[in-house]
Amino acid sequence: MSAKRIPQQLVLETATALMARAAIDIPPDYKQALQQAASQETENLSCFVIKTMLENYDVAEKDRRPMCADTGLPRFYVKAGNEAMVEGGFVALEHAVREAVVRGTQEIPLRPNRVHPLTRKDNNNNLGIHAPEIEYTFEPGGDWIDLITVHKGGLFGTDYRMLFPGDGIDGIKRFFLDTMASFGRRGLACQPAIIGVGLGGNKDTCMRIGKEAACLRVVGDVNPDPEVARLEQELKELGNSIGMGPMGFKGNTLVVDCHVEVAYTHTGGMPMSIHSFCHSSRRAAARIYSDGRVEFRDDPQWFTDFYRREGI
Amino acid sequence: MSQMRVVKLQVPVSQEDVDKLEQGDVVYLTGTLYTAREGVYKKVLESGDELPVDIRAISNVNFHCSPAASPNTEGGYDVGAVTATASFRFGKWMKDWFDTSGAKIIIGKGGMPEEAYREVFMPYGARYLSTVGYGAGALLGRGIKRVKDVHWLEENGIAQAMWIFEVEEIGPFIVDNDREGNSLFVNHERAVNAKLEKLYEGLKPPALKRYGETTSRADEVIGEPDNTPIQIVNVMPYQGSDKK
Repeated sequence: MSAKRIPQQLVLETATALMARAAIDIPPDYKQALQQAASQETENLSCFVIKTMLENYDVAEKDRRPMCADTGLPRFYVKAGNEAMVEGGFVALEHAVREAVVRGTQEIPLRPNRVHPLTRKDNNNNLGIHAPEIEYTFEPGGDWIDLITVHKGGLFGTDYRMLFPGDGIDGIKRFFLDTMASFGRRGLACQPAIIGVGLGGNKDTCMRIGKEAACLRVVGDVNPDPEVARLEQELKELGNSIGMGPMGFKGNTLVVDCHVEVAYTHTGGMPMSIHSFCHSSRRAAARIYSDGRVEFRDDPQWFTDFYRREGI
Repeated sequence: MSQMRVVKLQVPVSQEDVDKLEQGDVVYLTGTLYTAREGVYKKVLESGDELPVDIRAISNVNFHCSPAASPNTEGGYDVGAVTATASFRFGKWMKDWFDTSGAKIIIGKGGMPEEAYREVFMPYGARYLSTVGYGAGALLGRGIKRVKDVHWLEENGIAQAMWIFEVEEIGPFIVDNDREGNSLFVNHERAVNAKLEKLYEGLKPPALKRYGETTSRADEVIGEPDNTPIQIVNVMPYQGSDKK
């Protein structure tokens, strides 16, 4: 029996709802981590900033207004079960997602951030060439579609470097330290934040998995590879030993959590990317089933065993 | 956590009130404030366009921001959240803007280099207030009571238009520069820099250098570098940069 087709309208409604949830409701894992940070922070100003941020999340939820006025650059992650079908096909799904960006921008409202890089032309709806970014992946077995929305800022807190095998773990730590120390100053990277690190792949893969590590894994989640998990822990501790808190003020709360994702890479290289998610960690996820059920959830569950598979 | 000093000010702010502000004070503002960033500065200060409104008569607080705003059914605009944009990009326009607008308070993200405070802000008795945590847009949005007016919306777009807001206890903001032009951010950076050397111990720089790469992470990220002496071990000599 073939699966029912997921209505295009349902994709549109779900995507629009996700846009609002992501912009307004801080994910519970992140909020809890910040509450803990607030109780552990010993520096006056840093503590004041974190508490103000927590208050801001409450106001955002209460007033149903975005937690940050730079509502970021909307992006979508789509995971489709292998048996899933959308009414009108995947072109229709993409159409619905793009329409949701226009609706969300107007109704929530979000700030139109997307302009043409040269002419600075602004459609005032966050749409444009390659905007929003939509990434796809597939999972065996299911007849559902996962929609994940991320509103991420785009100016600071991302860097890439081609390291080499000889640079080793020390080189990784060095680049991490360099990046955190410079981007944390004056709070330009909007920390405290979840830091995502991409290791390996080629340059574009490295950037992609690093961003996914920052935006699609929840606080406390650990990479299943023990070597990678140990690096995650070491980098988190290193970041928090810089002595910097939010806004570059003295403190010990720069890194809320560090997630590392790896991809097989060129034998001679060790590319590395670093992505600081905003301290307004804006993500929301939902699964749309073929029978019309929509399940909102906090964990995007993007990194599955299948997604990280090594063999055929 | 010890208490921080909270100051509530009426806008337009008097010079006397501005002078009383101390570094690290938490400030809330009531009255009228406006947005002006590169779009406005370019039009007024470079293209010589007339300001669409007598800004001196209305407000002396310039917010480096662009709101998430949408038209409402009454023909006005609703503003959900507001937060600041990074101010260092506007440093080159500030002197002329103080002359033209009479601004006494600049609100934004990240502050300005100390040189800018000393050379440009101090002669005008002006202060820089930083938004808190930068992402606290809902809190600040609550402080905006209504959009009084918006200018150059068609031409500049929502982000770069000149928005005039009526605000009530909008905040919190943190005072960055003191009367001598010292920056709170820079004070804290110096403290952080003091620890950096130890962290870099044993971490060799990567095999491949990037063009013009600085080897000192103690440098300020905006404007001129901080001159705090810091020696980093195991680092190749710094060669080739346009930085002085």
